[in-house]
Amino acid sequence: MRHRFEVLVQLKPGLLDPQGKAVEGSLPAMGWTNVANVRVGKYIELTVDAVSEGDARAQVEEMARRLLSNPVIEDFHILNAEQVGR
Amino acid sequence: MKGGRPRVGVITFPGSLDDRDAIRAVNLMGGEAVPLWHGHRDLAGVNAVILPGGFSYGDYLRTGAIARFAPVMNEVRAFGEAGAPVVGICNGFQILCEAGLLPGALIRNRQLRFVCRFVDVRVETSLSPLTEGLVPGETLQVPVKHGEGQFVASREDVARIEGEGLVAFRYCGPDGSVDDEHNVNGSTGSIAGVRNREGNVVGLMPHPEHAVDPDVGPTGGQPMFASLLSFALARV
Repeated sequence: MRHRFEVLVQLKPGLLDPQGKAVEGSLPAMGWTNVANVRVGKYIELTVDAVSEGDARAQVEEMARRLLSNPVIEDFHILNAEQVGR
Repeated sequence: MKGGRPRVGVITFPGSLDDRDAIRAVNLMGGEAVPLWHGHRDLAGVNAVILPGGFSYGDYLRTGAIARFAPVMNEVRAFGEAGAPVVGICNGFQILCEAGLLPGALIRNRQLRFVCRFVDVRVETSLSPLTEGLVPGETLQVPVKHGEGQFVASREDVARIEGEGLVAFRYCGPDGSVDDEHNVNGSTGSIAGVRNREGNVVGLMPHPEHAVDPDVGPTGGQPMFASLLSFALARV
C-alpha cells in the first residue's frame, strides 16, 4: 500500500535562525509591526510503499533521522499520513 | 618511509570545486597528491585524506548531507577511526560534520550573505593534522568563501568542544584578538575549525589550499599543509 507523508524540519528552538530573522526584519517595512518569532523550516513530501501505515511511518521516521534532518541542529515532525493507493 | 613524500588523497565529489587547488597545494608543499573519486570504495593506500571545498550534490537538503553517504565515505570513516589524518575544508568540513566525524554543524551565515575575503585565524591547538608544530596563539591569513559557514552546536556540545580543547581555529583580528567584529559569519565562539577528540580529524571553513603560493597572495596555508605532510609521514 502507498502512504503519503509530509515531514517538517526545523532548526532546534535554542538555535538562532538567520533566515527567520531576515524575514522577521523585513515585515515591519511592509506594515506588519506585530510579528515575532519567525522561524523558517523545510517541508518534504513523500510517498512510501509499505505493508502497513505503521511500517511506512517507522521508515519515514528513520529517513527523517538519518537524512531529512540533521539531529545536531534540527527537529522533525511527521505532519500527515494518508493511504493514497494499493 | 620516513623522510619520503607522503601520499595525500583528495576526494572529488560531484560539485567539488577546490579539489584541483588542494592537489596543487599538496604537490607544491612537497607531498604527492592522489586524486580519489567519491564513488570508489578504496583510498589507494594514501597516508592522509582531504575532503575539498565546493558544493557537493548542489548542497541540496543541507550542505554535505548527501555527500556523507557517498561510497568512499565508509572508507574515510574507517581511515579516520584507525587514527589516520583526515582534513575537511569548507564543504569538506560540512561533510565531516554531517557524517558525525566532527562535532557541530554549519548553517547559513549570520548576515545571510556569501562572504569571500581574506581573514585571520588564530591557532587554538597543536593537536590536529593541520596544526601540529604550530603554536596556539599564532595567527595565519587565509581566505574564506562560503554562504553557510556559521558554526553551531547545542549548548552542551559547545561546552564539550570548548572544555575538551577541540577548537582548532578561531576567526580573529591581525593581532589575534577574538571579537565579534572579526567573526566573519557569526560562528559560535568565533569557531573557524574543530578537531575530533583523538586529534586526527580536523575541519575548517577557511581555505588553506588557496594560500600556499606567494605569487598570488598571502601564504597562511603553507604552515597548515607543512603540518599535514609531517603528521602523515610520522604515522606511516
